[in-house]
Amino acid sequence: MAATTMPDIGIASYNGAQAAAPTAVAFGDATLLAITGLSKNFPGVKALDQVDFTLRAGEVHALLGENGAGKSTLIKVLTGIYGRDGGSISLNGQEINARDVAEAQRLGIGTVYQEVNLLPNLSVAENLYLGRQPRRFGLVDSRAMRRQAEALLRPYGLEIDCDALLGDYSVAVQQLIAIARAIDLSARVLILDEPTASLDRHEVELLFSTMRRLRAQGVGIIFVTHFLDQVYAIADRITVLRNGKRVGERAVADLPRLDLVQMMLGKELSAVESTREDRGQKLAEAGVSYRGYGRKRLVQPFDLDIRPGEVIGIAGLLGSGRTETAKLLFGIERADCGRISIAGKDLRLRGPRDAIAQGFGFCPEDRKTEGIVGELSVRENIILALQARRGWLKPLSRREMREIADRFVARLDIRTSDVEKPIQFLSGGNQQKALLARWLAMDPKILILDEPTRGIDVGAHAEIIRLIEELCRHGMSLVVISSELDEIVSYSDRVIVLVDRQHIGMLQGNEISTAAIIRHIAADGPKPGDSTQAAE
Amino acid sequence: MSTLSKFAPNWRQALPQIIALAAVLLADWLIFPDFFQVRLQDSHLFGSIVDVFNRGAPVAILSIGMTLVIATRGIDLSVGAVMAIAGAVAATLINSGHSMPVAVLVALAVGIGCGLWNGLLVAVLDIQPIVATLILMVAGRGIAQLITEGQIVTFNDPDLIAVATGSFLGLPMPVVITLLMLAITILLFRTTALGLFIEAIGINRLSSTYAGVNTRIVLAIAYAWCGLTASVAGVIAAANIKGADANNAGLWLELDAILAVVIGGTSLFGGRFRLFLSFIGAIIIQAMNTGILLSGFKPEFNLIVKAIVIIVILIMQSDAPALVLNRYRLWRERNAPRRTAPGNTAGGAA
Repeated sequence: MAATTMPDIGIASYNGAQAAAPTAVAFGDATLLAITGLSKNFPGVKALDQVDFTLRAGEVHALLGENGAGKSTLIKVLTGIYGRDGGSISLNGQEINARDVAEAQRLGIGTVYQEVNLLPNLSVAENLYLGRQPRRFGLVDSRAMRRQAEALLRPYGLEIDCDALLGDYSVAVQQLIAIARAIDLSARVLILDEPTASLDRHEVELLFSTMRRLRAQGVGIIFVTHFLDQVYAIADRITVLRNGKRVGERAVADLPRLDLVQMMLGKELSAVESTREDRGQKLAEAGVSYRGYGRKRLVQPFDLDIRPGEVIGIAGLLGSGRTETAKLLFGIERADCGRISIAGKDLRLRGPRDAIAQGFGFCPEDRKTEGIVGELSVRENIILALQARRGWLKPLSRREMREIADRFVARLDIRTSDVEKPIQFLSGGNQQKALLARWLAMDPKILILDEPTRGIDVGAHAEIIRLIEELCRHGMSLVVISSELDEIVSYSDRVIVLVDRQHIGMLQGNEISTAAIIRHIAADGPKPGDSTQAAE
Repeated sequence: MSTLSKFAPNWRQALPQIIALAAVLLADWLIFPDFFQVRLQDSHLFGSIVDVFNRGAPVAILSIGMTLVIATRGIDLSVGAVMAIAGAVAATLINSGHSMPVAVLVALAVGIGCGLWNGLLVAVLDIQPIVATLILMVAGRGIAQLITEGQIVTFNDPDLIAVATGSFLGLPMPVVITLLMLAITILLFRTTALGLFIEAIGINRLSSTYAGVNTRIVLAIAYAWCGLTASVAGVIAAANIKGADANNAGLWLELDAILAVVIGGTSLFGGRFRLFLSFIGAIIIQAMNTGILLSGFKPEFNLIVKAIVIIVILIMQSDAPALVLNRYRLWRERNAPRRTAPGNTAGGAA
């Protein structure tokens, strides 16, 4: 639907994290943007404390840090959304002081957010030329606008219909269009704030090739991301922030991954390095068996046994049917074929309530719209599932709720000033922990985690991985979906590989490795001899 | 403390409503100095303030059920029509020789049935609440007319009339029924987990479903309860005029009920709800109506004055006053840098 010229790049080439591209030497050390001693205070917090940051022409500069380190504040001050309490910003040697995003854009600083801030209900061309449409006899010259738009997008590898609505295209294409607009509005500095969070790997590579091209043209790119792989794949230099202070600035080549993580966390952390310890063969009988389970247009029929105390990883690209599989397992989507049996007894899942009654729990990928109940307190969010199972006639007393909430806040180290605080004000990592607490309070047998570490900071990330390992030691079965292959490899007993909504392979024991998973995905289609080859 | 705080809304959060009520009552008193005079006659309390509560009863009762529905992020436009149906049922039954309890109980059951119908459309068929309840809003008056066969059915049964004109401990019966409904509703929805589920569904229905909340049942209960409150209000309204008027009973009252809920601070986007404040909202509306009536203005003014007062109350609830106050303070600080800003005086929680 989107780019016809989308380069067909193998996954393996992307995953080779050491593909650090050479810095465009042509631009030398010309400093494009210099921030010195920047400070920003919020009531009770020093969000930015004397932060220095320099961006050269023709480099990709990764801005990293845990949630709350000050990355977004820095960007907001830079683009004029926030005022500053101290320090100076200069662009091309000239002091600047943008008062809003539009002025920042005029000065040459363009920003593209994860959620594209263009208008989905206007055409691509209108979005590109909004406020500066080519005119003819005083009217908008749509034909000229479309021609210009097509010419503008061609270097980006986008040969799309510029009269179509922006909202009809994928997020990846929308982002490229936003970048094209920003660059066309004479941006010399391009800020990409978490641009890859909702892109699949092909789309990420498409974005990266655009970034490389712009870098070669001398654009300075500030790249904010959670994905360390991507930092090593594209960035030239890294600046790490922690608690509003700059920890340091390094060239990517001089900063091994472990050192980077230590800079971000300010502590030693071995859990992030993915080493897989063999837990030995688990011989327990299957707790839950799915046979020929599937749903048309959602997931092709598959077989799956979940044994007590094992971790099943589900790997695959975005759109390969990972989330759909999870929703089938949990009963959110109803299967139209196959059957389930638990401890030998057949049953039907007509909805989440049935699954919950059988001891299932599910932490969805999209925490905000499917997980948390934003305006309810942390306490209420934690006890919600437990209360739902007890039914409305048997309310937990306030003291019981407090007791449960306090216990899990302590056990999972959920950082909140107060369990009565609305959960929407917590950081992503703490929201995720509260959702885990919601299910752990039920003492589930099987917990399904869809991207449990997406969009959360490195510290909470490591804690959640530790928790996953601890839970399965205590006999809980886990089904974990993740795009972080390293993670899956490190904790899974078995790995299911999905391609095109089909379970194409199953890896277990010593077979499990990142390379093996990638080989399976790249092989693109079921191979003979795979244990879970999809039935027709 | 914990049991009490469960029922009593945080008074700070209730500040806009309390101020609004005080202002309207003050205005009433200025217009009509005898406003707060209450006298006891034949063990009935009389006086303008009693009248406010008495006349406000139907809307207050409606607003109780409406609060629950709005908290689920829904709305019930059919309550006025359900009032008409309930009145028609009660009047017809009493005239065909049934006793007052039978007539009233059947009317209430019909109200619950109407609510369940709405709940079915919203919870099971996933129709948007505003459209789903519009169906019964339109059809309901037709149904009521079919029951009354197009006539205004009058009745003389003293027991049924007493629902509107009787009194208990000196209080007019409608006021007693309102307080009773309020108490029962708070008890049913706040001492069980229903209130929590309603709020959770209103804020995020998907998350609630995934957490195992039986969202369909909870939604159906909310709409059914709203139907029940509508039928209670309908019986009172019929008893008040000693007859069932299918065309005019409860006409436009759904809008007053929605207004009462909004004034009470429950968001139309669902979520946190406060039953007691909706009740206050209904009283504010009635105190306004009474005040305009007492002032001798033409009734036409009523609607305009009401609109103005409502705008003021809604602005008080929004963040706007705090914003304006902040701007002003910033402006003052800029012009007089040595002056320290006063403490946090910005009120008006949303």
